[in-house]
Amino acid sequence: MRHHRVLRIISKLLIPFIMLFALYVQFHGDFGPGGGFQAGVIMASAFILYGLIFGLENARKVAPPAVVTKLVAAGVLIYAGTGYMGLFKGANFLDYGALSKDPVAGQHLGIMIIEFGVGTTVAAAMITIFFLFAGRDR
Amino acid sequence: MSNLIPHLPALQVVIPLFAAPLCLLAGRTGLAWIIALAASSAATATAMALAYLTYHNGVISYQMGGWAPPWGIEYVVDTANAFILLLVSSIATMVLIYSPASVAKEIRPGRGHLYYCMYILCLTGLLGIAITGDAFNVFVFLEISSLSSYALIAMGGQRKALTAAFQYLVMGTIGATFFLIGVGLLYMMTGTLNMADLQTRIPGIQDSRPVLAAFAFITVGLALKAALFPMHLWLPNAYAYAPSGVSAFMAATATKVSLYVLLRFTFTIFGAKYAFGNLPLHWVLLVPAVLAMFAGSFSAIFQRDIKRMLAYSSVAQIGYITLAISLASSAGVTAALIHIFNHGLMKAALFCAMGCIFYRISSTRIDAMAGLGRQMPWTMTAIVAGGLSLLGVPLTAGFISKWYLVQAALQSNLWWLVILIALSSMLALVYVWRLVEALYFKEPSPNNAAVTEAPLSMLLPTLLLAGANIYFGIDTRVPVAMAEHAAELLMRGQIW
Repeated sequence: MRHHRVLRIISKLLIPFIMLFALYVQFHGDFGPGGGFQAGVIMASAFILYGLIFGLENARKVAPPAVVTKLVAAGVLIYAGTGYMGLFKGANFLDYGALSKDPVAGQHLGIMIIEFGVGTTVAAAMITIFFLFAGRDR
Repeated sequence: MSNLIPHLPALQVVIPLFAAPLCLLAGRTGLAWIIALAASSAATATAMALAYLTYHNGVISYQMGGWAPPWGIEYVVDTANAFILLLVSSIATMVLIYSPASVAKEIRPGRGHLYYCMYILCLTGLLGIAITGDAFNVFVFLEISSLSSYALIAMGGQRKALTAAFQYLVMGTIGATFFLIGVGLLYMMTGTLNMADLQTRIPGIQDSRPVLAAFAFITVGLALKAALFPMHLWLPNAYAYAPSGVSAFMAATATKVSLYVLLRFTFTIFGAKYAFGNLPLHWVLLVPAVLAMFAGSFSAIFQRDIKRMLAYSSVAQIGYITLAISLASSAGVTAALIHIFNHGLMKAALFCAMGCIFYRISSTRIDAMAGLGRQMPWTMTAIVAGGLSLLGVPLTAGFISKWYLVQAALQSNLWWLVILIALSSMLALVYVWRLVEALYFKEPSPNNAAVTEAPLSMLLPTLLLAGANIYFGIDTRVPVAMAEHAAELLMRGQIW
């Protein structure tokens, strides 16, 4: 891809905005359309674009597979852990209302953390799938 | 501790759910095994507590996130699903105790923790299917258990494991999609996904086409997941090429959970009167069930690989369970639930024993295991106990199953079914005898001269499972009492 100057430069320009958009979809998901799933896929697409243009080796340096695999698990733990917080506060599993003194603020906080967990797992899983398919012949 | 009790239904599912990513993070096989075993034991303890509480105090409902049903997701435990939870979690724990040696042999190095991660995720899915009171939530957990089982089967040592997993993936996805289409149609017509709410809303619109279509889609989808003949084609390869522990766990639990969902949808949600009165579900289930009894047993006779033989035998046994369901009587449902439990015990014991043999001779082909009876006496004891139970010999769990099945058939005045049950049991005698003959009476193969008994860590759980087949053939109080109570609840079509 060394000769495709247009592709390389445009990608470099785009990648930060793709990530920013992913974060927007992630953290605006409780007010507008969006949420963890969509944000995770958008975030992963930034890494996948990088991998396509600059090669698998470089992509693996940016997102080491060992770390990405751990992030897949971390997202689920964030989700389930938030659920357990409800239990510890004496409410039902996944009842975010108990996370704060004000139930509405608690619900807000809870869905933010949960969706962050979802986003982490989805992004990491997408990147892992890309790595596995791209590195198949080795 | 007392303030944990109301949360038991949630903990039943979320303890294994939390353990799965921990197994992945653990990174080392041994550590992952400890985490998985701890979670699975906790799930078993939870299931026991839930079974005790529901049997004595009635139905337990749990509101996920504090959202009241029918809007929120509700977990509901009555005796019927407590029985299934108990079976699934205890088999999972026994097979986990058995697993370390077989994982060391059969799973590629560096992947052991992934095996346990997927295993405990599969357990999460199966428990979730059984416990939820929300029709869509069933689909979600169905996918969790299915996706993890595809991965588990693909971990089998031979390359054929990959095609087996892919075949199961295609068939399983069709089954799950059918189920989802059915649930979608119900949602379209009723605007609700909560099972209890569906039950109250369906009668008014039960003759509308979408509801009829929903019923058909759900029944066929679940029959496919349960491997009811002729939709069983994914099963033999999946069980034959999966790692030993996975075969034992899945054969004992996965199809049983689908049958439970079938019971739940026909009896609780649609109602027995609708399914068997207005619609011909009796014949729709009876004909494939009888065909499965014969086709499964007949195919089993000609298998050279014993894991495949046991898989075909599972197809036949699923036929017995479906036959019992098709009778649509209290006795029939009791027989179905008892056989779900007993067949789980048989197949777990037999597949575990096959894993012991595979551990020593790296094959489960009948020619390769000729004359092993002298070298692996304890493993063979387990096989004989499991085999006798499969036949339905008195003083084994299998006999109790057959007894209740025959009684249920007679109660429905279907005496010709009794003849068919007896005939298909004869076929089982042929394939079990073939195995016993090879193990005890054939000349030992010179390749196996150095073979000794399987390691104790595998042998002990195998013998315990085999012993359970004998124990529950003599002391039938727990399964029979639970099955009878559960059948009564299901037949009444009780609103939770």
